[in-house]
Amino acid sequence: MDKVIVAQELSLAYSNSEIIINKASFSINSGEFVFITGASGSGKSTLLKSLFGALKPKQGSLVVGGVELHGASRSKLNLLRRHIGIVFQDYKLVKEWTIEKNIMLPLLINGYVNSVAQNQVDKLLKHVRLNHQIGKYPLELSGGEQQRVAMARALAHNPILILADEPTGNLDDYSSQLIWNLLEGANNQLKTTVIVVTHHIPKTLNVAYKHFHIEYGSINEIC
Amino acid sequence: MKSVRNHLSLVIALLSILFSMQVFFIVERSIDAYKTKLSKNYSVIVVSKKELNKDEFSKINIIVSQAQEITPDSVIKRLSSDMKNTNVELLKLTLPKFYKLSLEHYPSPEEIKKLKSDLLANSAVTKVEDFAHTHDTVYKLLLLFKNVVSLFSIVVAIVTLLLIFKELRIWQYKHSERMTIMGLFGAALWLRSAVLFRLAIVDALVASFIAFGAFAYLSSHPWITQQLKSIDIDIVLFYPIEDSLILFGVAIAISIVLASLIVLGHKEEA
Repeated sequence: MDKVIVAQELSLAYSNSEIIINKASFSINSGEFVFITGASGSGKSTLLKSLFGALKPKQGSLVVGGVELHGASRSKLNLLRRHIGIVFQDYKLVKEWTIEKNIMLPLLINGYVNSVAQNQVDKLLKHVRLNHQIGKYPLELSGGEQQRVAMARALAHNPILILADEPTGNLDDYSSQLIWNLLEGANNQLKTTVIVVTHHIPKTLNVAYKHFHIEYGSINEIC
Repeated sequence: MKSVRNHLSLVIALLSILFSMQVFFIVERSIDAYKTKLSKNYSVIVVSKKELNKDEFSKINIIVSQAQEITPDSVIKRLSSDMKNTNVELLKLTLPKFYKLSLEHYPSPEEIKKLKSDLLANSAVTKVEDFAHTHDTVYKLLLLFKNVVSLFSIVVAIVTLLLIFKELRIWQYKHSERMTIMGLFGAALWLRSAVLFRLAIVDALVASFIAFGAFAYLSSHPWITQQLKSIDIDIVLFYPIEDSLILFGVAIAISIVLASLIVLGHKEEA
C-alpha cells in the first residue's frame, strides 16, 4: 500500500520555543483513517499543522504526498495543499464570502471551470444538508452549520488527504454525527486518507482506524 | 453600501493627492504664463558708442531675443527749435546709439546681473539701465507665491500619505484572514492578492475619473475663466489627455505600492 505520510526522526517546535514533538517516526498509508489523540498542549494540532506545511520540521524528515516538507519551497507547498482538504475547529471560513464561494475556493484554486465548480458546490450543499442556506454568509449560520460548510469545502476537490483538527469540538450531537458520517463516507467511498485530531474517538464509527497518541513529545501507535 | 465604504477611504485619499498635484500644475502654468507676459513688457535699455545689431547682442548674452534701436528724434525735435539745422545734424552724429532689448523669458535677478555685466564688458556699451529694483520686487512676489503653493501641496501630500498608511493597516487586517485561508488551500500569491490589486486598481480608476471630471468642469467654468482673464493670463488649466494620464499614473502607482506593501507584509499564521 502507498504511504501518504512518512515521518522519520521528526522534531517540531515553534521558533525559539521548546521541542513539542521529539524525534518521532511513523507512517500513514493511503486510504487509512487515523486518529491522533493526546492531552491539551501535547502537540496534536502542532503535528497536524506540520502535515500541511504550516509548521516546518525542526529536525528529521517529513514526507507528505511525496513532498519532503523539510525545506520545501512555497510553490511546492502550494501544490501539495491543493490535494489536501483541511477542517479547523474554528472553521476558517472567509466571512465576506457566501457559503457557496467558500466551498468553491479549493475548486477555483485547482483551476476548475466556474460551471463545473458550481455543480460540485450544489451537490456538496445537499450532501451537508445546507442547500436551504444558499446565498448566506458564514456569520448568518450556527457553529454546526459553519463546520458543515468547512467540511464541504474540504471535500470539494476530492483531496487525497483530509486533515481535521477537532472538527466536532464545539458542535451539537446532530452536527457532530453529520461530520463523522461525511469523514467516514470520504474514507469508505473515495478511499481518501483521513487524519483527525480529537480528544474523543466516537464509538459509533463504522470504519477501521489507526490510533496515534501523543505524550511528552513522543507519538505512540495504539493497537 | 459596505462595498462603497470599502472603496471610499482610499478614493478620498487619492483624490486629495491628485487635487493638490493638479493645483500645483495650474499654479506653475499660471506663473509661467505671467512670466511670459512680464517678459514681453520688460526690457533693458542699452547705450552704445557704435551700432550693434540683434545677433551681436545675442552673442553677448543669449537671453536677448530682440534689439530695437530707439531713435533720438523726439528729443532732438524738442531741442531743434533753438538750434540751426547743421547743429542738429551734428548733434545726431555725436549722439550714442540707444537700444531697447527684449528678452527670451522673464529673467531671474541673477540673470539680469549677468546680462548687465556681459553688456558692460563690451567696449562699445557705455551704460545699461535694467530697472532691477522694479523687476526684483515682482520676481520675488512670484517666487513667494509659487513657494507657498508648493509648500501647501507638499503638506497636503504628506498628510494624505499618512492617511493612506493608516488605511494600509486597516486593509492589512481586513485582507489578512482571507489571504491566509486561501494560502491554506494552496492558492498562489497572485491569486491570494488578486482581490487586493483589483480593489486598488478600481480605486485608482475611480479617483482619476473624479479628478478628470472635476478639472475638466473647472477649466471651462465661466467664473474661473473670468478670473484668469481679469489678470490677463491665457492658460490651459487642464490638458485632458496629458494631465489625466499623469493623474491616473500617480493614482495607480500609489494604489499598487499600497497593495504590494500589504502583500509583502502579510505573514501566514503558523
